[in-house]
Amino acid sequence: MGEHLSSAAIENPDRRDFLFIATGAVAAVGVGAVAWPLIDQMNPDASTLALASIEVDIGAIPEGQIVTVKWRGGPVFIRHRTKKEIDEAVNTPLSELKDPQTDAQRVKVPEWLIVIGVCTHLGCVPLGHEGQYDGWKCPCHGSVYDTSGRIRQGPAPLNLFVPEYAFLSATKVKIG
Amino acid sequence: MSGTSTYVPKSALGRWFESRLPILSLVHSSFIAYPVPRNINYLWAFGAILAFMLVAQIVTGVVLAMHYVPSAAMAFASVDHIMRDVNYGWLIRYLHTNGASLFFFAVYVHMFRGIYYGSYKAPREVLWILGVIIYLLMMATAFMGYVLPWGSMSFAGATVITNLFTAIPLVGVGVSHWLWGGYAVGDPTLNRFYSLHYLLPFMIVGVVGLHVWALHVTGQNNPDGVEVENVERDTMAFTPYATIKDVFALSVFLIVYAWFVFYIPNYLLDADNSVMANPLVTPAHIVPEWYLLPFYAILRAIPNKLVGVVALFAAIALLAFLPWLDTSPVKSAKYRPMFRFFFWVFVVCCVGLGYLGSQEVSDGTTLAARILALGYFGFLVVVLPLLGLIEKTKPMPASIADAVLAKKGLASAPPVAS
Amino acid sequence: MIRLKTCLFVAAALLPLVAGGSSALAQDEAEQPKPTRQSWSFSGLFGTYDPAQLQRGFQVYREVCSACHRLSIPFRTLGEPGGPGYSLAQVQTLAASYQVTNDEPNDKGEIFKRAGAPSDDFPPPDAFPNDQAAAASFGKAPPDMALLAKARKYERGFPWFIFDALPFDQYQEIGADYIYAIMTGYTKADDPKWNLYYPGHTIAMPPPLVDGSVAYTDGTPPTVSNYARDVAAFLSWASEPNLAERKKIGLRAMIFLFVLAALLYFTKKRIWSDLH
Repeated sequence: MGEHLSSAAIENPDRRDFLFIATGAVAAVGVGAVAWPLIDQMNPDASTLALASIEVDIGAIPEGQIVTVKWRGGPVFIRHRTKKEIDEAVNTPLSELKDPQTDAQRVKVPEWLIVIGVCTHLGCVPLGHEGQYDGWKCPCHGSVYDTSGRIRQGPAPLNLFVPEYAFLSATKVKIG
Repeated sequence: MSGTSTYVPKSALGRWFESRLPILSLVHSSFIAYPVPRNINYLWAFGAILAFMLVAQIVTGVVLAMHYVPSAAMAFASVDHIMRDVNYGWLIRYLHTNGASLFFFAVYVHMFRGIYYGSYKAPREVLWILGVIIYLLMMATAFMGYVLPWGSMSFAGATVITNLFTAIPLVGVGVSHWLWGGYAVGDPTLNRFYSLHYLLPFMIVGVVGLHVWALHVTGQNNPDGVEVENVERDTMAFTPYATIKDVFALSVFLIVYAWFVFYIPNYLLDADNSVMANPLVTPAHIVPEWYLLPFYAILRAIPNKLVGVVALFAAIALLAFLPWLDTSPVKSAKYRPMFRFFFWVFVVCCVGLGYLGSQEVSDGTTLAARILALGYFGFLVVVLPLLGLIEKTKPMPASIADAVLAKKGLASAPPVAS
Repeated sequence: MIRLKTCLFVAAALLPLVAGGSSALAQDEAEQPKPTRQSWSFSGLFGTYDPAQLQRGFQVYREVCSACHRLSIPFRTLGEPGGPGYSLAQVQTLAASYQVTNDEPNDKGEIFKRAGAPSDDFPPPDAFPNDQAAAASFGKAPPDMALLAKARKYERGFPWFIFDALPFDQYQEIGADYIYAIMTGYTKADDPKWNLYYPGHTIAMPPPLVDGSVAYTDGTPPTVSNYARDVAAFLSWASEPNLAERKKIGLRAMIFLFVLAALLYFTKKRIWSDLH
């Protein structure tokens, strides 16, 4: 036992450390490469991403009506506004608003208001044609929105969110 | 081998923690300072490989469970969704299905190693029996897992194996209805198999813990079958020597695993399992997964239904009695020439039974299966007990250190006649 | 020791390969010829699908097979990488040309059909909304083609099933060869239900492909052999759309593992040189 000195003792320690470091580094890269798919699989999958945008035919919506469509798992309100509703929205002084935004900042075409139908307080779905501004009212804690979807009363801090959308034609809008 | 550790952590935080929960010293005494025989070969690396595969199956399985739907209407479609839509779903699924096959390949190497070197003999009988229990749990887990994709072969396999219970006299049919949750394999069966398939691997983890504990009490066996006498001369520290050897062996094993997953992922998949289950139509040729084939062959070889079922369970249960069936005090086949011959005959019987299990039933295959089944049982209940009495064994080395030195061609103490 | 290890390894390794050769056919080999192994662009370690071939194959599916066979894959997959490679606009136009049943009823409570979107699956054939209708018409329901190339195999026999698993000779295209063989196996002109390669020779499907029935636009000769080849490739893609990505990642994984194994081998040698 121990008849000869181990070659490692005579060996240059730098070369030995390089081998260990190289092996360790390659192994670490391997662990990372294996970990990524296990993490990425929780990201939205291809079928969910395919529904990330939808196209809605708005030609059949009469003036004054609000239509609710499903987008990315939640409601979106599409409102064909009457002239009265547009005027009320445009003529509101900003000082009255908790979250000041002009109507023009929130619509592309004045006749069409498109907002995400989720109350910015705690996430309930507000009810249309309710509340003193004839906009929406949230049944959970009483937040009231106007005809531009802006918060006027109640605990909600922000206006109803406007999603990314574009008009493909006069009667077709793509949301998302 | 086991006992109180003298490990003292270097940092103050380590010492604070250690005095409250001595995990650090447990890890140190079990996997760092733990002495292993110097002469163990690469077959001893399969324990670590199995531990890795168990973790791999659990991780990939838990991830698959995030996307799989365990209902007869949606299971097949949910697996298709995983394969097509889920990010890297195809990779995780192939890792899991091929991982199961490689898990069984490793377990068979591990078991045959144990038989060859007499690792089941005193004082390692409980270690061996715990291993048989792990093997049984693995087979149950794999069987239920195969049902989950709800393909035609999944359904057929579930039907055949659960129908085995109808062979039990008096209560058989009632037991089957209880297992199925109905009058045949169906939605309730699938749901409970899913629940149990998720549960059993964690039970396997528990039994593996006992298995490693039992191992650390007696210490590893070694290729010469000579017990450790002088810890300093006969053994080496687990870390770094056995650790690096295990990790290297694992990396080679992973190459084989990667070959299956990336280049032949459907090689072991039965084509009929890509067709959704239909209770009214059975595939022309029912086969279980390859690792269950030898037992399937034994079952089919026996004409009587009840005796066939009993033989099937006996083929596995008998393994637990190996420590007492084998009467020879010499452990390793290296020094038992007659045992070595019969061991390879046994291996040929197992592989042959496996092949026959995959073939269509005919007079020829039934006869061959009966002969090989006789070989299988004969080895366990006739050859092993007799060999201990009549075999002339070769002289064994005086100690492990001597065996290592002899292998390296250096001088050693003269061998001891056994 | 090495001999023992090799023997154990070989013995235990044979077992999974043994089962890999099992399949659904139970015929006398002398009367039942086996499909021949074809060469495919997507076979081998570095094979990938040929998008032009997949587009031709899809054309054959659409013009011939879709009359009776469902293909339950989403339209959008036709635009995903590694496949036929249609553009987003082409996929949208294709999807819109189909009428799909909406998931939910309309405001009046009626189930209605609408133009398809890329996120929808191909709908079932108009004539056969479900398997029972198809079976009533043909005696046997034409199978869904989404996984058909995985669902069809033929017995390779010993020792070929062992070689099929080995590197460089690996054989994963068994489904494509089977489909090609069936399509070109209607060798008796007077008996449309007789197929050379179908187990038992009596097939419920009459010959679907005829020379010139599908007009290829890229100059490929419009023969049954080419139709069969292209549709088999397309169906292989439908059942295994991730093949290109899988082989790409596989190459990196194999190189990585060989490098890691080599590093670990030398590390092991270095650490063990310490021992006595």
